[in-house]
Amino acid sequence: MTTEPATQVTSRGEPITEASALDGSKGESALVVEHLTKHFGERVAFDDVSFEVGYGEVFGFLGPNGAGKTTTVRTLGTLLAPTSGSATVAGIELRPENGSAIRSRISIMPESPGLYLRLTVRENLECFAGLYELDDVRARIERALRAINLEDRAGDQCGSLSKGLRQRVALARALLNDPAVLFLDEPTSGLDPVASREVHGLIASLRERGVTIFLTTHRLEEAERLCHRVAILNTTLRLIGRPDELRDQLFSRSLDVRVRSPLEDPTAVLGGLPGVKGWAHAPSGYTLAVSDPEIAAPQVARALVGAGVDILSIAESRHSLEDVYLELIDEDVEARRR
Amino acid sequence: MSFSWTRVRAIAVKELRDYRRNRFVIGTMTVLPLLFIILPLIQVFHTYAHVHSSNLNLHVGASMLYMLVIPAFMPSTLSAYSVVGEREQGTLEPVLITPIRREELLIAKALAAFVPTLGIAYLVFGIFLAAAAFFANPVIASAIFSGTHVLLQLLFTPLLAGWGIWVGIAVSARSTDVRSAQQLSVLGTLPLLAILALISLNVIAVSAGLAVGLAAVLLAIDLLAWRAVAAMFDRERLITGRSA
Repeated sequence: MTTEPATQVTSRGEPITEASALDGSKGESALVVEHLTKHFGERVAFDDVSFEVGYGEVFGFLGPNGAGKTTTVRTLGTLLAPTSGSATVAGIELRPENGSAIRSRISIMPESPGLYLRLTVRENLECFAGLYELDDVRARIERALRAINLEDRAGDQCGSLSKGLRQRVALARALLNDPAVLFLDEPTSGLDPVASREVHGLIASLRERGVTIFLTTHRLEEAERLCHRVAILNTTLRLIGRPDELRDQLFSRSLDVRVRSPLEDPTAVLGGLPGVKGWAHAPSGYTLAVSDPEIAAPQVARALVGAGVDILSIAESRHSLEDVYLELIDEDVEARRR
Repeated sequence: MSFSWTRVRAIAVKELRDYRRNRFVIGTMTVLPLLFIILPLIQVFHTYAHVHSSNLNLHVGASMLYMLVIPAFMPSTLSAYSVVGEREQGTLEPVLITPIRREELLIAKALAAFVPTLGIAYLVFGIFLAAAAFFANPVIASAIFSGTHVLLQLLFTPLLAGWGIWVGIAVSARSTDVRSAQQLSVLGTLPLLAILALISLNVIAVSAGLAVGLAAVLLAIDLLAWRAVAAMFDRERLITGRSA
């Protein structure tokens, strides 16, 4: 997926950036990763990872603890040197000599906000504006604070803020330099549901503004809700695609049929129906493997009515991203046992 | 990307703001100078009255030595916190993610420890000299202002602070907790302080020329120490505790 760079705007319609992505980024991918590998001595952090992320895309990077998600982010952020493979980050080749240039075009929000707790919100942002050598610091800080709805807490010491508010300040800090790619590493880790929802809202608004986001998480509902595409990593990249594509890839499509009383001869009623590939008993009815639920459902309904059965419901089985994830991780666990 | 003083300033200002609100730092910056101005002043106004004039120079050297403890210990304690302390608080990674170069980060951290140390050390020394000049026995004042005492103090205060800073940052970059980093870095300044003690106590007699020569050697050591610390200031090591 490749989209054009978008201009970020705050919730009040003001631009945070003049053009979030950089001039050379138009039509290119924000991230191109090819066979990237990172070892720490004998230990493999991640191995042979390849993917592309387009500008304006929200890309979810899922995996269990220790799968290599944070190490991947740190490697792409030039904090760690890859063992092998190559990558292009925000249009710049990942090489040691390009470290400073890459870091000036991206932002990473680590799992821990890492704010200076004795400094105020504004002082924290001033420090980072200086590190990025930004112009018009005061206006930028005002806009970043407005974007996260924290203008009224600018003078507060960060140590006095709740965990959720600190996470929002960290997000403002990450937005200060108008990054071409924004890496969010477990942004809701350790937050309560209300604070998580606030952070989700902010990420969703960034997505609407066309900010390219690389989101690592093990919260699957978060990825499903926020990401255009997701990749599942468990040291190696296991799957990549849109959440619905992944579901289709791993699970056959099926219908859940609930009836008041069981059929006397299910094979006779359901067996020969067009589009129905098989059936199985389910707790309150049947699960039918189908090629296309929209074609099969009316046929099934007619056949059941014809057989004099009371239908309670016919619905397509919905496999969540969690089902996909667990299926893959279970496969890995099984493979390791063997 | 070239060396940026804007980035250096951003970190140095942040460090100074942080020191100002840190009770431990304020305590160190207040108690240490107070202690090491009171002791020499007691000696000048009380003890030296009973000292034979032939031994006066030796005792004045001992008083001066107290004041060299400030540039030796204060910056090493501050800089020992600079890396491991930030790593413990999780504030190091956000900084390393920015375009800042390691030389810039090092210089910023060093300046933030160097400037207040130098200010306080010279202030304390100035108070001591003023008190001696205006209120001390003329014989004692003469012993203080004659010879190389003042020159040694002026020359070695910044150089000793520089050494303490690089030792502190080097230890901090390799340490896993703040307390052991601070203890080790104070230990690291002791050899140099011992040499200066021998000079101050006239065990090693130095002329003004030799003092300048020693200062030049110490400056060279400080520069070498900076290069050595810069080499070990690797992002991967700072984040993971191991090199690439």
